[in-house]
Amino acid sequence: MLSFDDVVARYEPVIGLETHVELGTQTKMFCGCPTVFGAEPNTQVCPVCLGLPGSLPVTNKAAIEATVRIGLALNCSIASWCRFARKNYFYPDMPKNFQISQYDEPLCSDGYLDVEVDGELFRIGIERVHLEEDTGKSLHVGGATGRIHGATESLVDFNRAGIPLVEIVTKPVPGIGARAPEVAKAYVAELRDVIRTLGVSDVKMEQGSMRCDVNTSLNKLGETWGTRTETKNVNSLRSVERSVRSEMIRQGNILENGGHIIQETRHFHEDTGESTSGRSKETATDYRYFPEPDLVPLAPDATWVKELKAALPELPRVHRARLTAEWGLSALDMQSILNAGAVELIEQTVAQGASPEAARKWWLGELSRHANERGIELGDSGVTPSQVAQLQKLVDEGKLTDKLARQVLEGVLAGEGDPAEVMAARGIEVVSDTGALTVAVDEAIAANPDIAEKIRGGNQAAAGVLIGAVMKTTRGQADAKTVRELVLSRLSN
Amino acid sequence: MESLADRTAHELSGMLAAGEVSAVELTKDALGVIERTNKALNSFLTVSDVQAMSAAKAVDEARARGEKLGPMAGIPVAVKDVLVTKGVTTTAGSRILEGFVPPYDATAVQRLRQAGAIIVGKTNMDEFAMGSSNENSGFGAVHHPWDLSRVPGGSSGGSAAAVAAGQAVAALGTDTGGSIRLPAAFCGLVAIKPTYGRVSRYGLIAFASSLDQVGPMTRDVTDAATLLEAISGHDPADATSLEDPADFTTGLDRGIKGLRVGIVKELFTEGMEPEVAAAVRRGIDQLVSLGAQVEECSLPSFKYALAAYHVIAPAEASSNLARFDGVRYGLRSPDARDVTEMMMRSREEGFGDEVKRRIMVGTYALSAGYYDAYYDKAQRVRTVVIRELEAAYENFDVLVGPTAPCVAFKLGDRVNDPVAMYLADIATIPMSLAGIPAITVPIGLADGLPVGLQIFGPHFSEAQILRAAFALEQSAGFDSRPRRDFAHSAAPQAKPGQP
Amino acid sequence: MLVTRAEVEHVAELARLALTETEIPYFQQQLSAILTEVEKMQEVPTDDVPPTSQVIPRTNVLRADVIGETLERDDILAIAPAHDGVRYSVPRILGEDE
Repeated sequence: MLSFDDVVARYEPVIGLETHVELGTQTKMFCGCPTVFGAEPNTQVCPVCLGLPGSLPVTNKAAIEATVRIGLALNCSIASWCRFARKNYFYPDMPKNFQISQYDEPLCSDGYLDVEVDGELFRIGIERVHLEEDTGKSLHVGGATGRIHGATESLVDFNRAGIPLVEIVTKPVPGIGARAPEVAKAYVAELRDVIRTLGVSDVKMEQGSMRCDVNTSLNKLGETWGTRTETKNVNSLRSVERSVRSEMIRQGNILENGGHIIQETRHFHEDTGESTSGRSKETATDYRYFPEPDLVPLAPDATWVKELKAALPELPRVHRARLTAEWGLSALDMQSILNAGAVELIEQTVAQGASPEAARKWWLGELSRHANERGIELGDSGVTPSQVAQLQKLVDEGKLTDKLARQVLEGVLAGEGDPAEVMAARGIEVVSDTGALTVAVDEAIAANPDIAEKIRGGNQAAAGVLIGAVMKTTRGQADAKTVRELVLSRLSN
Repeated sequence: MESLADRTAHELSGMLAAGEVSAVELTKDALGVIERTNKALNSFLTVSDVQAMSAAKAVDEARARGEKLGPMAGIPVAVKDVLVTKGVTTTAGSRILEGFVPPYDATAVQRLRQAGAIIVGKTNMDEFAMGSSNENSGFGAVHHPWDLSRVPGGSSGGSAAAVAAGQAVAALGTDTGGSIRLPAAFCGLVAIKPTYGRVSRYGLIAFASSLDQVGPMTRDVTDAATLLEAISGHDPADATSLEDPADFTTGLDRGIKGLRVGIVKELFTEGMEPEVAAAVRRGIDQLVSLGAQVEECSLPSFKYALAAYHVIAPAEASSNLARFDGVRYGLRSPDARDVTEMMMRSREEGFGDEVKRRIMVGTYALSAGYYDAYYDKAQRVRTVVIRELEAAYENFDVLVGPTAPCVAFKLGDRVNDPVAMYLADIATIPMSLAGIPAITVPIGLADGLPVGLQIFGPHFSEAQILRAAFALEQSAGFDSRPRRDFAHSAAPQAKPGQP
Repeated sequence: MLVTRAEVEHVAELARLALTETEIPYFQQQLSAILTEVEKMQEVPTDDVPPTSQVIPRTNVLRADVIGETLERDDILAIAPAHDGVRYSVPRILGEDE
């Protein structure tokens, strides 16, 4: 079995990503139904999104604007004239058994998104950004795990049917070698940040408002591109990276053994990090695309597009560059912060009063470790930037040592409340009463006469034992530095 | 037997306003005619007697209160079963929608209601509007009121028969390739397919989206203008609906002196019945005596319109009819082992032959490898037709020709030959492709059966073609009074239809 | 014939029509006749002619992002062939490998 490193030593990957983003508009793409997440099934429907006989679509202006803005943020050209098209196929969650989408006339095309991995810049080409409508949602009943296989019936909810969906397709990305998994992840992370900055979607992968399909192919070094497979159900940033990695290994091993890759759609599994075979794309469905006759063409006004472009907010890359300068960081430092998904968190912590260094220390240190152990996103840790700022303030004021602060943080992460509340509840506090400390120091000296002798003799390093004893007595709530000074001063006369 | 509903809407409107007659009396008469004649004609699939009487009562009460009512108030109107009516069964003539009760109204129906018209029921039609004889209905054929052994034309055969027999004063039909004009011509009625987008398609069960239009079927031009005005207008629920104002009744009797009329020679096809051609020519001669400047002209692309239509219409239909899958409404085949089987069986059981044919032709025309040669090509041929018409309208105000190449044929004559059936639409299809308004006016008889003359103008020219039609109608003096003299016709095997 | 049996079967599958054995040759013959008639349009030169998009040329018919009327769930389920009071019920969807 070839390892990942073996594979990249012999083969080159080419990746491509298709991302679907649910827009956060008030209403659906082609009708006025509300789009509230989590509503009672089949209560946000009307003749149009249910596909009742005689119903007709009418395009949502806000969705067009949001899509143009996404295209502009991705450096795309905006079509001066384009149409919607019908993509025809049958499925029970499709109210009309055709999806109104765009085919050979996407609203935006030919752009790029720059992403950085370990200080190296990769320009990911954007093939197209187009608009379509989402399908309903099915529950599969009767099978083992709620999946299609083995189910006896399916139950369909059409609330989601018709919600505007923006599809962003990259151009194939070659020449990234062993970095492919990270580049893929970095692209999705950056894309998510861009869209969030634009305010057009909440892009929550875990809620399905951002979905990724990852395409991977391998070819022998220097040869033409190989057959690509598509992996669906990639529901987190971590999965994006893992799916590319595992697919490269899988394909590499097949090719090494003289086999060939079947063009197919694979299904990614979070739990195993592996994908299984799905639809064979060799007998791909014939969608019989044709221009949507119920809608008239879109012709975005050039002046309007210019205005939208001028009004774009500061995009993530520029934003990060500004913060890097403001915080006095190196590019590599910022990259680490970005990789950890901590840019916004640190920014918010600084806004609450902490220094950039302190904020960075907490988010990239304790909190990143905590998140990684649990396999969760940093933002879902359970502690807010405000709480981190509060914690640091307590350290700065001398009310907590660094070590004590870590204990308090544990309490905050466990849901025990704000830092001050945790301190009170758990009785954590720096002992600053010099009197009490002196007593503890004298007790330690009395209990360790030979150590005391050594210190009097000039061996200051030996003070460590006494400091340790005092820390034990004070349950770690003394400031070690203060204790050391006290020990030395008590033994210096 | 006399019936108030035998009169025209404009006549009745005057009588209603003068208090000579009430909406309730009028509606009662119409419902009575339906009751006595529907078995023989099979024109109504659903009779809304209770709702109609209640609506009539409301109109009378409004009038009694002194409210100002429009020209359609209190007038019994039939609605083709392809338009959804809230709470009232709507089938589109298909078993796949048998018993389907829509939870919403079509915009055109809403406008009828707002105008105070009395909807007496839903009429029979060729399934999903696909047909030229109303023999493709899932609920039995409709019979011609003048001769029960003949077809009324299709696909709005039920609406045509209803008006021609006096079951209603007027009706709404729909036209995709001739479905409102052909049955009107066969049955001696006036009907107009308006400019594409003139009447909202919201609630019109779609056959071919880029061609479908709703229109009036009446006994005279004045009624057609009035009814068209009542249902026209912009609808935000239909992205293809026009914003242009709809005034079709002003200056209807202005006359046609100096009107430049072009006779399209390609509409006088080889297979046309000579008596029909002769009757149409006589109609055209009358235009001359009325002061119009009449000349022959040629639109060669018209020869290819039928071919292009029979790619575009089925292609759009194949997609529009995909929603009928037994999931959310309509017929669901029981005992299927999986959802795909369920869909396949439901559609196989619910659709008739003509619908299956068109779905398959349409699917073929859009499929990989065939799109360019079929769908794309057909849409280009369509552009050629449109451009030829635009050029013609530089020299002519209106164009004319026959509405149909034949009179109403016998039931069973063409059912086994789809292509022969398609040829019935040969004179109506080009106007559908171009989306231009076209009206048919009855101008005489051939072999004792009605013949229609078609007048068509550029986009938005409904007022002009109505004016020309009005002048011709006055001159032709065709007797449009309803006929229900069935005793003298060969009795067919009448289907049960409606109680 | 212009249309082969395999093509009829393929198109019937795409269109989700469970044609019976007798229907296949019946429709094959009719589809061929119709498509043969349609061939006529190849005679029209169209190289310099664009396909018609909309008969009344217009662009940008859009609606504001404002909530409109929805249907009551009870009303839509009342006309549904099968449901559990909350969702539409359909027979099982076959997995890709079944």
